[in-house]
Amino acid sequence: MLSRLNTLWSWVIIAGLLPLLWLIINTAFDNLGGNPIQALHIRLGDWSLRFLYLTLAITPLQKVTQWRGMADYRQMLGLYAFFYATLHLLVYLLVDHGLMWRVIGIDIVESSYIWFGILAYSIVFGLALTSSKWAKKRMGKNWKKFHRFIYIAAIAAIIHYFWQLKGNLAEPLFYSLIIFLLLGFRVLVWLKNRKFSQLMIPGSQKVLLAAEKKAVVSSKSNKLNVK
Amino acid sequence: MIIKTKQAILASEITDPLIFKERRKIIKAMMATLVAGTGIASSLADTDNSIWSGLPKGEFSNDSLMPTPAEIVKNYTNYYEFTFNKKDATKLAQSLPTDPWSVEISGEVETPGNYYLEDILRQQTLQEYIYRFRCVEAWSMVVPWVGFSLGSLLKKAKPLSTANFVKFTSVYRPEVMPNQLNKKMLDWPYVEGLRMDEAMHPLTILAVGMYGDTMPKQNGAPLRLVVPWKYGFKNIKAIVKIELLKRPPTTTWNKFAPLEYGFYANINPAVAHPRWSQSSERQLGSGLFTPRRETEIFNGYGEQVASLYNNMDLRHFF
Repeated sequence: MLSRLNTLWSWVIIAGLLPLLWLIINTAFDNLGGNPIQALHIRLGDWSLRFLYLTLAITPLQKVTQWRGMADYRQMLGLYAFFYATLHLLVYLLVDHGLMWRVIGIDIVESSYIWFGILAYSIVFGLALTSSKWAKKRMGKNWKKFHRFIYIAAIAAIIHYFWQLKGNLAEPLFYSLIIFLLLGFRVLVWLKNRKFSQLMIPGSQKVLLAAEKKAVVSSKSNKLNVK
Repeated sequence: MIIKTKQAILASEITDPLIFKERRKIIKAMMATLVAGTGIASSLADTDNSIWSGLPKGEFSNDSLMPTPAEIVKNYTNYYEFTFNKKDATKLAQSLPTDPWSVEISGEVETPGNYYLEDILRQQTLQEYIYRFRCVEAWSMVVPWVGFSLGSLLKKAKPLSTANFVKFTSVYRPEVMPNQLNKKMLDWPYVEGLRMDEAMHPLTILAVGMYGDTMPKQNGAPLRLVVPWKYGFKNIKAIVKIELLKRPPTTTWNKFAPLEYGFYANINPAVAHPRWSQSSERQLGSGLFTPRRETEIFNGYGEQVASLYNNMDLRHFF
């Protein structure tokens, strides 16, 4: 079991590095088209977004498949999202702008799509810093609250993507659909839990109300059963 | 409004003219031997592969600019009639029939008419114009166009004093243009416009070729507009109609997003697009270790065109 887990771990680590390797090869062989820096920049951003989505997909997958082992990989996937976002940022600062801070400053002030990128990156940066088991222990209950910011990062990242496009929206629409499904799943779970917790709250009215609702629901379902 | 135009061109941007000329000679010689060398090639020469060598230079052609490698210019085009992908446009555009081609010149002119392109060309002197080209998406290139002055063509049609604007219309061929067929995104056909004084300006040309050769279809064959001080989307491709109007025409991108793409669309680093900065640009072909270039007002043609916009608030008329 342990050896199987370890090999899976190494596969995840290697798989996460493949996009980078592929990009390096494409850069070396000048395969990135007429605007290679932009291509590099965009592809790194794409991979960061993909890893962010994979990180968010773990919880729904676990709930659906009942396989608990996946949570162990969530941290690694999240760190890869951070890794590619960092490379994305470094290409912007170093390669595209050659660290010309005045030009960078004007660009950031005037480009509203970059603000969302900065927001997403700041969050992912904070999450990466506090991703270790040690930080998790130290932060206690706050850890989970803090790491829920990943939802805001995911939304900010997709706005960042959308907001800089001039033409075709097919690709960002596809990514938006995925984020909608991933976050929608959580909303559904939250609503479900809220209903249950309402049932649990001691308090005459609420219990009554809930009981009534339940009665309606059960009578409805009875009817359905009869049919 | 203070307009600074005297930004020196970096030494690294300038190719030694000797090297540049030598390189062009070599390329021309290679192409000439290619064409002359085989029977097939020479039969193509009179139709599609003819080469304009040793053309005189246009008045404002900037010979110190180093043209972007032709392969990049040929494979990085926004041709939304075909696709939203700059690379795929190269292949898809080949299905556009461009021969024969006629252009209608009408509206506020004394002598309206429909002319075959070759008849138009017979009356015009072709020149080479090495111009900067700056896209609203913040990338740029340097292209040696082959073309003629738009003003000289318009003069032949004798504009009336009521002609204040020029409207250009692109070809409408939904059977070969998938996004026209599926009515995707923009209103087709593509329409652009200029003010009369902009159209008559000697910088403004109609191009029929580039890099000494005929215009590749993806770059707007057989006839496209080149207005080097305006963003790329003003430089309409595959023109079939030129109308002189009293009132400004409704132009495609302006209609699609009026707050983002103005009628004037003058290149101006001080006026940002609502969602992104226009202060700098990525020069295509500049390599992985060259930082972005700072965009110049009117794309560096301020000396020639700034006076057209005296007393105009360029933030308002963006």
